[in-house]
Amino acid sequence: MITELGHYALVLALALTLIQSVAPVWGARINDERLMASASYTSPMIFFLLFLSFSALTTAYVTSDFSLVNVWQNSHSLMPTIYKISGTWGNHEGSMLLWVLILALFAALVALFGGNLPPSLKANVLGVQAWILLSFLLFILLTSNPFERLDQVPFEGRDLNPILQDVGLAIHPPMLYLGYVGFSITFAFAVAALIEGRIDAAWARWVRPWALLAWCFLTAGISMGSYWAYYELGWGGWWFWDPVENSSFMPWLSGTALLHSALVMEKRSALKIWTVLLAILTFSLSLLGTFLVRSGVLTSVHTFASDPERGVFILMILVLFIGGSLALFALRAGRLHAGGIFAPISREGALVFNNLILSTATATVLVGTLYPLVLEAITGNKISVGAPFFNLTFGPMMIPLLIAVPFGPLLAWKRGDLYAASQRLFAVFGASLLVMVIAFAFLSDGFSLAPIGIGIAAWLMMGSMAELYLRSGYPKTGFKVAMNRLSGLPRTVWGTAMAHFGLGMSVLGIVFVTAYETENVSILKVGETTELSGYTLRLDELGPRAGPNYTEDIARVTVLVDGKVVDELVPTKRIYTARQMPTSESAISTFGFSQLYLALGEVKDKDTVVLRIWWKPLITLIWFGTVVMVFGGAFSLSDRRLRVGAPKPSVRRAKAINA
Amino acid sequence: MRKFAPFLAGLLIALSVALTPLPALAVNPDEVLDDPVLEARARELSVLLRCLVCQNQSIDDSDADLARDLRILVRERLTAGDDNEQVLDYLVARYGEFVLLRPRVTAQTYLLWGMPIILLVIGGLVLVSSQRRRANAKATSLTSNEKAALSKILSDRE
Repeated sequence: MITELGHYALVLALALTLIQSVAPVWGARINDERLMASASYTSPMIFFLLFLSFSALTTAYVTSDFSLVNVWQNSHSLMPTIYKISGTWGNHEGSMLLWVLILALFAALVALFGGNLPPSLKANVLGVQAWILLSFLLFILLTSNPFERLDQVPFEGRDLNPILQDVGLAIHPPMLYLGYVGFSITFAFAVAALIEGRIDAAWARWVRPWALLAWCFLTAGISMGSYWAYYELGWGGWWFWDPVENSSFMPWLSGTALLHSALVMEKRSALKIWTVLLAILTFSLSLLGTFLVRSGVLTSVHTFASDPERGVFILMILVLFIGGSLALFALRAGRLHAGGIFAPISREGALVFNNLILSTATATVLVGTLYPLVLEAITGNKISVGAPFFNLTFGPMMIPLLIAVPFGPLLAWKRGDLYAASQRLFAVFGASLLVMVIAFAFLSDGFSLAPIGIGIAAWLMMGSMAELYLRSGYPKTGFKVAMNRLSGLPRTVWGTAMAHFGLGMSVLGIVFVTAYETENVSILKVGETTELSGYTLRLDELGPRAGPNYTEDIARVTVLVDGKVVDELVPTKRIYTARQMPTSESAISTFGFSQLYLALGEVKDKDTVVLRIWWKPLITLIWFGTVVMVFGGAFSLSDRRLRVGAPKPSVRRAKAINA
Repeated sequence: MRKFAPFLAGLLIALSVALTPLPALAVNPDEVLDDPVLEARARELSVLLRCLVCQNQSIDDSDADLARDLRILVRERLTAGDDNEQVLDYLVARYGEFVLLRPRVTAQTYLLWGMPIILLVIGGLVLVSSQRRRANAKATSLTSNEKAALSKILSDRE
């Protein structure tokens, strides 16, 4: 019964979406206020209906209702409850439902908090949002209905893919979807602006918080996914340039560019056309990612049972939205007037440089991801484009950008003074050089370029703090005045500094772990020990163990430093009973920011095993860095000048900012 | 500055090569060669070779049987005295270009390898030209209508 209610709610949501995709847009055209306002009521209702529908599916999962095809295929009665819940979106149909739920959530948020939007813009934005929602609801109902029943109810389910039976599944997809579905709002704003043929700095002021919100979630989602892959896949890598990773990374790169260009547009009313284009491209890349993952064009961990019919349907949605929005852009972009002028060396110039590099990087990742597909389609030749290609192209491109980051906030708007900015960064430069020399002296045996990478990371971290330091006026002003000044700075300034600092942390982690990682693969008998980077590992026990829906071989390994026990690790190899699928569960011990990573290799006999051990120095900085970036974004979002629905800033405040 | 450009480009590429992630190994103890120099070369090559039956994994990462066979094959060729390029050639002859994770620069991949540079150049040119256009636009004087409107505003103020 609950299932049928969920199904019915889904169909009702489709009907309401149909209304919302016509009424407000038409209302904006004929200037009918009531029609325009209708979207503000339908949006929250659609969200509510989809929430009901999603809850119904979750209920079916929790109660193991195997009369649903979807539940039968992807669940098992013995699974722990948390995996039953997260299993709702651990499959194609369920995750699509989560996708549209989040799409509807963002529309509802605009409806509720967009009170200060001009009515026609709001109506058009919600109308465009409804078009996207409409096509995906049709996609679900026509090709991927999660509420389909089986005639004969099976006794037991076929289990969730073992790799997905992890707390990561509970966090990673919702975060990721909040991120790239969130960019649908900036897309809707861009298309609405093109429909209206009018765009100004105020538009950027409305768009930027949404872009920032989506960006925060996307950053967290990608980072979480990376950590999950790191501990779950069992070979210690944290980024593989896998096509599916790339599909989430591309919207992130262009979304990051969008954040920066929207800033120029808001403050200086320049880069309007470019910002609109970026908003369109960012969501287009999200759609492309959805297509690549779901159509079976690519194969990866993320591929759900793929089916050509679905692929064609999503391809149609893709062509319709990307083609339509770009055509509209080509038609209308000429009407948007270019705004403020600026010298090449200025804050705007620095942000343009950021955009040039980030969009080239996005395009490089896009070309690298699609090249093998296109080449095979045209010539029939199969080639691979893997990690070595991306490291060789994407890597060097990032270095000038990373070096430029600290300059940006120190340059004035309109016309900056590079010489003065360099002078102010001189101390930071000297300190970074010192770090580099120390790294050369103590870390490298023989020639290595890693110290340069460490120097760049230090430059980024200290340089991003330079603006705060300089604005505090310390030590010329007293400590107290400096503190007062710091706490009086706009939160966006703090947010920028934090995000850039976080980036530096991630870079430091990446450099350290790639350059100084050590490894050891040994065949160990019970009682034997092996050494790695000052840690002694002793295999104490080897044997079988049974879990709720799997059996496993476990190894108990004691970690010693100078003869003292510091940790005990239990890496295992599992076989999931229902699917007879093996997985490897690594064991990790964290020391400061570094980690000792253990994975179990082949079990030779009842007391001999292959043990793979890595020492990964400062690796957790990679993820902590992204956490700091997200906090920076969130902190910036809490600035009252950006707060969604906040009234205009007070005169006093505005003066303080201009000063 | 111009003298520095090739140096800088070299440095950037060298840096990114140096920062290419160290392989996370799937290599088994019994596969490892006794000669550490040869073994290091084998590892270097393994990162560049695709495990053909896996999903975007190098043979260095993969536990699959085929990856193991390829790792052993690479080591056999190295022991037989092949240089790195010869080993890659041998594998390409057997398995096709698909086995290389870093595609070779050929007529078919010019576009792939050239794209980053092409895009940077195009982007740079667009920026320069739009900057010029703006600078020119700034220089154009007001039209007679605008002048009239301006003098009207100014006279109203007085």
